[in-house]
Amino acid sequence: MEIPKSFLGYKRENGRAGTRNHVIILPVDDISNACAEAVANNIKGTIALPHSYGRLQFGADLELHFRTMIGTGKNPNVAAVIVIGIEPKWTKRIVDAIAKTGKPVEGFSIEGVGDIDTIAKVSKKAQEFSMWASEIQREECPLSDLWISVKCGESDTTSGLASNPTVGNLMEKLEPFGVHLCFGETSELTGAETVCAKRGKTPEAQEKFMKTWNEYNDFILKEATNDLSESQPTAGNIAGGLTTIEEKAFGNFQKIGNLKFIDVLEPAEEPSKGKGLYFMDTSSAAAECVTLQAAGGFNIHLFPTGQGNIIGNPIEPVIKLTANPLTAKTMSEHIDVDVSKILSREMNLDQAGDELIKATIKVANGRLTCAEALGHKEFVMTKLYRSA
Amino acid sequence: MAGTDIIIHDKKDNVGVVVIEKITPNQDCNCWIMENDDSTKIQSKNEIPLGHKIAMEDLKEGDTIIKYGHDIGKVVKPIKKGEHVHVHNVKTKKW
Repeated sequence: MEIPKSFLGYKRENGRAGTRNHVIILPVDDISNACAEAVANNIKGTIALPHSYGRLQFGADLELHFRTMIGTGKNPNVAAVIVIGIEPKWTKRIVDAIAKTGKPVEGFSIEGVGDIDTIAKVSKKAQEFSMWASEIQREECPLSDLWISVKCGESDTTSGLASNPTVGNLMEKLEPFGVHLCFGETSELTGAETVCAKRGKTPEAQEKFMKTWNEYNDFILKEATNDLSESQPTAGNIAGGLTTIEEKAFGNFQKIGNLKFIDVLEPAEEPSKGKGLYFMDTSSAAAECVTLQAAGGFNIHLFPTGQGNIIGNPIEPVIKLTANPLTAKTMSEHIDVDVSKILSREMNLDQAGDELIKATIKVANGRLTCAEALGHKEFVMTKLYRSA
Repeated sequence: MAGTDIIIHDKKDNVGVVVIEKITPNQDCNCWIMENDDSTKIQSKNEIPLGHKIAMEDLKEGDTIIKYGHDIGKVVKPIKKGEHVHVHNVKTKKW
């Protein structure tokens, strides 16, 4: 198949391009959710991103909170941003960082004003942003404007056999076009960690990967009450035939094909070493991982599933594929690309990879994913430890 | 091409994955080895559902299960060729 050289995206002020054109209402903290949701309810064409955190966090955990908030606002799938916090200081920090992209952003704080007057004020600004954004047209963008993140979930052995290698096949075909790529899931590489580390392009990348994995593993050994057999693999994984974390890890690892990664990113960190594949240190919980990758600037997501994970994200479209013929049949409204014919050998990996590329371009051009049509908007912040 | 019941990732693997809805006891199964596009046959001893593993050889306690050409865990109960391989007879080496 000849790979299309371009897609239709929204060109942004900083040179990036989006596959979506969202106006987001971003609460800085849990107690500003009500205000954000009221504004999004008032003004059509806006979405609120409620979440559970943002108060009394400190240290690395607070930095991650800011990185996730700021990265979400900066994501090229977002046309304009309204930030609402209880206090002006943290609100301003987020607004100022997002403003560097050149996109419209405005902050509001609730203290001393109250919800009702804030909602009225913010709604006026949100209406202005929404109507402004609605005029932006899709334009032809080079394929290299795609930043593709990947994560698998509710995996079973069909993931390692077929749907994850299909993603790997897409990566191998699209990397030469200068696409940014990202995989994560530190915990679910356990058992394949040394094999994965060898995929680092440089000794620095390899060492950084092992350091990240070792820190995770030390944490697990310290916090685990007995073992992780109840969580990794999950009950769904086991029902699907996965027996051990090692087996799950080698299946997971198929998603990067034969590629090497350039660098290891902190959670929600934006890549800075140019095009190619990156590893991001993330949890393996689906919504947390995709939220972090979207905050890292990725604008389209590929999600292979075995037993049928149903996740979506409010700003980054999530394309789901499965190779499990039962899942493809019983959960068809969640599956964008069915590659189950690989198992019956009526389709090979090369054909499956091509199908996934076609679906990815369609979604990049604006076709809704199953998760978008079904209203999945899981925005889940990662919290590193308890608040002060 | 049609009629593959079991797929084996790597020729070094001692387990295969059932890729039809289920295999029944004493079924003669066609296996395809992905890595070198080779094929082999095995007779099953148990009913094994889609996605679950079958032992391609006799395995004793302490043996290593190889899949993708890599170590994915240890045998904790003897397994006969053709038997179902899962959490009842295999455990992680990680914890």
